[in-house]
Amino acid sequence: MRDKKDWNKIANREAIIGIALVLINFVWWYVFAYGLGSREPEEYTYILGLPDWFFYSCVLGFIVMVILVIVVVKFFFVEIPFEEDEEGEEK
Amino acid sequence: MNWFAIIPLIIFLVIIFLIGLYASKYVQSSTSFMQEYFLGERSLGGFVLAMTMTATYGSASSFIGGPGTAYTMGLGWVLLAMSQVATGYFVLMILGKKFAIVTRKYKAITIVDYLKSRYNSSVVVILSALSIIIFLFSAMAAQWIGGARLIESLTGISYTSALFIFAISVLVYVTIGGFRAVALTDAVQGIIMFVGTLVLLIAVIIAGGGIPNIIADLHAENPNLITPFGAEGTLTPAYVSSFWILVGVGVVALPQIAVRAMSYKNAKSMHRALIIGTIVVGFIMLNMHLIGVFARPILPGIEIGDKVMPLIALETMPAWLAGIVLAAPMAAIMSTVDSLLILVSSTIIKDVYINYIRPDASHQVIKRMSLGVTGILGIIVFIMALDPPDLIIWLNLFAFGGLEAAFIWPIVLGLYWRTGNKYGAIASIITGVGLYTLSDLLPMVYSKSEYLVSILPNYLEIFNNFFKPFGMHAVVMPVIVSFFAYILVSYLTRKKFV
Repeated sequence: MRDKKDWNKIANREAIIGIALVLINFVWWYVFAYGLGSREPEEYTYILGLPDWFFYSCVLGFIVMVILVIVVVKFFFVEIPFEEDEEGEEK
Repeated sequence: MNWFAIIPLIIFLVIIFLIGLYASKYVQSSTSFMQEYFLGERSLGGFVLAMTMTATYGSASSFIGGPGTAYTMGLGWVLLAMSQVATGYFVLMILGKKFAIVTRKYKAITIVDYLKSRYNSSVVVILSALSIIIFLFSAMAAQWIGGARLIESLTGISYTSALFIFAISVLVYVTIGGFRAVALTDAVQGIIMFVGTLVLLIAVIIAGGGIPNIIADLHAENPNLITPFGAEGTLTPAYVSSFWILVGVGVVALPQIAVRAMSYKNAKSMHRALIIGTIVVGFIMLNMHLIGVFARPILPGIEIGDKVMPLIALETMPAWLAGIVLAAPMAAIMSTVDSLLILVSSTIIKDVYINYIRPDASHQVIKRMSLGVTGILGIIVFIMALDPPDLIIWLNLFAFGGLEAAFIWPIVLGLYWRTGNKYGAIASIITGVGLYTLSDLLPMVYSKSEYLVSILPNYLEIFNNFFKPFGMHAVVMPVIVSFFAYILVSYLTRKKFV
């Protein structure tokens, strides 16, 4: 069994992952929205009927975040017990 | 009266009521009343946790006001709304396992409990309990008004009767079932929100002749509607981006959300909730606001934004289906109100009454008090919503930003920075709430004095540059300043008092 210091480290690392995800999310959202969206509306191309900036920023950006969250949770998040007397997760 | 719309609503209320009854069994049989009534004995699974967070967060403003604004502003407002996807994962990741471990160690069942154990200071406790009671009480009143108006516009019954129906249904299940009833009904309400918005979006797209057609209509009416800058070009990147603080990462400090981050059973539930929560929040926010934009070519010329949702539903769908879909905003309002009610009640009982008035109160007394206070609170809110005082309306505008400015650093830095102490927390709460309310109060008071205006005629510009630098939302500056206040004061007082 791991000791408490390890759990603390795990918790800290996961919080940092949260900050990293939000930064990625923001940059993706901002760059596509204002990078592509600042052109004249006449120059927009359309994907699934939506203006390209909107599709990439809001629709694709959302899907990318969902995939990132799934990957991060499945591969980087560790299941640790919360109670001091608890061993493993469920007995 | 519109019976087709009323029947689905009645069925919805009956289901919610039954869940309340079910949850009340736990309250009756629980060995630890407060843990159960205010926190559901930390037993939430992943799905219920994700749903209760989403549903608590998605309120009248996102379900009625949001699509209404999107209708006026165009796709730029949908872009702004999508900053909320972050709430789906950020809150649980940041508070995360540390919060779960620490609050279990402290045996905390409210946010104030946690702050009390972390900072050991009655000033922190009183300041934070007061902020919660004042701000969330106002927010609650505003939500009730929204709920009653919605019933009124849907069914044609009078505002007072609508308010009565709304109040009774919420009060009954929250009072008897406590936090568990709130979380379980939130899950049902969350599902209704999810499905309702999807069905309505599809109906709107069909009525508008497909997405390309709708976008072409919008472009023809005003090209700005399909840019990120809003119908009048007023949505600047700085302003829109600052909503990442107000409705994105700042949500971590809303007590009604943060308390949920201590209510789950184990790491597995948290992991599931992260994934489900992100999907559900993003999906609802995207669809909800797109409905508002897409409604514009179909039903042009709606003057009052709040009416867009009900009108477009009745326009594009048969009445019975519209009735079911419009249970979604109803669910959104209820799921926010119930969480606020149980939270304000827990603050009064646990943080004020037991801490300062009767620390030795017996189990029976606490039980009766909790049920009583929850009920009485509901009745007071009901009376206020009948004829809302201006102060409540004004306070509601500040509720979320004010709480974020107050709590974000005491909660987050309290978890991760050991040097942080009570002086830092007090400084942070005062500067945060103070600056945020001043940003509105100061220009208002200033403009009333002719003398002050005469010595400094361009005061508005000065205040705006100070409180809203680069045209950002007024919440940003207080959050940043209170961060430095927390760090600086904690650091300066670190040795003096150990």
